[in-house]
Amino acid sequence: MSVWRLVIKEIVRRKTNFVSGLVAVTLAAAVLAGSMTILRLHDLRTQRILARKEQETRQRMAVLEDDYRKIMKNLGFNLLILPGNQKLSDFYADDAVSAYIPDTYATRLAEAKIVTIRHLLPSLQEKVLWPERKRTIILIGTRGEVPSMFRDAREPILVAVKKGHAVVGHELAESLGLRAGDRITLFGRTFTVGQCNEERGSKDDISIWIDLSEAQGILGKPGRINAILALKCHCAGNELANVRRDVASVLPGVQVIEQGSKVLTRAEARDRASKEAAEALAGEVGNRRQLRDELERFSSILAPLALLASALWVGLVFYTNVRERRGEIGILRALGARTRTILRLFLTKALLMGCAGGLAGYVLGTSIGLARQGEIGISFLDPRLFLLTFCTAVVLSLAASWAPAYYAAQQEPAEVLREE
Amino acid sequence: MLVLDRVVKTYPKGSRRITALAPIDLTVRAGEFVAVEGPSGSGKTTCLLIAGGLLDPDSGKVLLDGHDLHAMTRNQLAAFRSQNIGFVFQQYHLIPYLSVLENILAPEAARGRANGQARGRELAGQFGLDHRLDHTPAELSCGEKQRTALARALLFRPKILLADEITGNLDHVNAQIVLGYLREYVKTGGSVLLVTHDREIASQADRVEYLPDPRELETPR
Repeated sequence: MSVWRLVIKEIVRRKTNFVSGLVAVTLAAAVLAGSMTILRLHDLRTQRILARKEQETRQRMAVLEDDYRKIMKNLGFNLLILPGNQKLSDFYADDAVSAYIPDTYATRLAEAKIVTIRHLLPSLQEKVLWPERKRTIILIGTRGEVPSMFRDAREPILVAVKKGHAVVGHELAESLGLRAGDRITLFGRTFTVGQCNEERGSKDDISIWIDLSEAQGILGKPGRINAILALKCHCAGNELANVRRDVASVLPGVQVIEQGSKVLTRAEARDRASKEAAEALAGEVGNRRQLRDELERFSSILAPLALLASALWVGLVFYTNVRERRGEIGILRALGARTRTILRLFLTKALLMGCAGGLAGYVLGTSIGLARQGEIGISFLDPRLFLLTFCTAVVLSLAASWAPAYYAAQQEPAEVLREE
Repeated sequence: MLVLDRVVKTYPKGSRRITALAPIDLTVRAGEFVAVEGPSGSGKTTCLLIAGGLLDPDSGKVLLDGHDLHAMTRNQLAAFRSQNIGFVFQQYHLIPYLSVLENILAPEAARGRANGQARGRELAGQFGLDHRLDHTPAELSCGEKQRTALARALLFRPKILLADEITGNLDHVNAQIVLGYLREYVKTGGSVLLVTHDREIASQADRVEYLPDPRELETPR
């Protein structure tokens, strides 16, 4: 007859007492395991949400980049490379260029390994009176984008105007009733209207674009241009000095001015979009963190309360058990049981209660916690959480039963036997 | 040999002390059956509990084979008791959720040893309980309960058996059966100290000691 068998027989005999304590330990362990599982789920969900948000932000930024590339095409030029002898005061006052440079400059610039300059568009433009229509226009000769052998072959952002064709600004087209396909005469030469532009609210609305060589012929400036327009430069405003230095090393005697507002607008817009994305992400992080703090605060109150209530209940269960077994303890003492034997009698029972409660509590708490996991598939068995729950349940049960067990061990058998 | 040397026990009651056990000298030799007879409240149970080391006397000594029981620590006394002293009580004090055999083997749990199955069955056979081995105390008659308690007390062959009114709940036939077992035990060299208020029961012992009425001995302190 071992103490172990005595404990088992007593548990079987007084099931209600044992089950009552077991329920208390199970509930405490379940609250612990459940709240930890919910926190774990919350952390995993947060990680996934943030990863998705970051991915979305990256995708949105890529789309935005492409949008800006297209927008920049419509906005026009980022940089203007002008003849060195062009008076900028005249240029700003008249919005027209009166000096010239060789059209080979564009080719030289394109072949130079200047990484900051991209999409070169040489042009010859002059404000002239359109003799056939008696209208002042800006005549622009362009050859489209100068291809560069040092950069990737991307689609040119501005397509050249074909020879014999003209692109007409909005105001001219409207006032003269021109449409695509119409034929116009310009300085005695006939052109087909290839396209009428949308309204831009600038001098473009009174401009006519034709092939560069034809413009050079009309304006009597063969082999000359008066500006090279550089689109989508890799430069922000503060890097303009570097661009000027690079251009000067290839084309001495030209000057570079910035279409400042456009470049900065683009950079600012990108920065702002990027900042807003980061702020949105930070906001999400903040919200999730706040929610976690609230969950954690709730758990940090609920779990200790559950443990305390459970400990009190288990203590009461064992105290009742000790009172009920006074005669049994007395006779065991009379038969020669030592203090440690009586302690073992109750603490073995508490150990069993803790082990069973820890197991049941883990299963119950984790099941309840995982019931709300949704799309997040996490393992039912988390070894660390299981160990924490199991050990807490065992320690709780042993600690709560210690005082009643000690009280039992200290009882005087003579008093008990006399009472009985 | 058990020796009670000028053993006295009193209890406080207000400003007075009540004498529970008047000074007593008692010797029980090996192979001797001694009865202590006295009226109700004369201190018979107190005498027995002191003799078994379960209660400390106010004064005097209790020696078993020369060992002073009340000079031992609590745990030393428990170990000594488990090897040398057997108890049987009027109320049996069987453990209700254990079977007859398990109750007989209960001292093993107290002693932390579990190898007495054969001895337990042998005792059950001796006490006519072999057909009741799996029954719980609630399923036994009073005589069977007391025989189970007696078998339990004798599991480790103690030097002395202390019996407290063990025939008090039994009819005449069962009382004689139980007393017969005690006499058998004494024949094998064991000692028995039986306390009883029943003169007829006491008269079956080898020797009878009388305890006076304690009310005559109460003295204010």
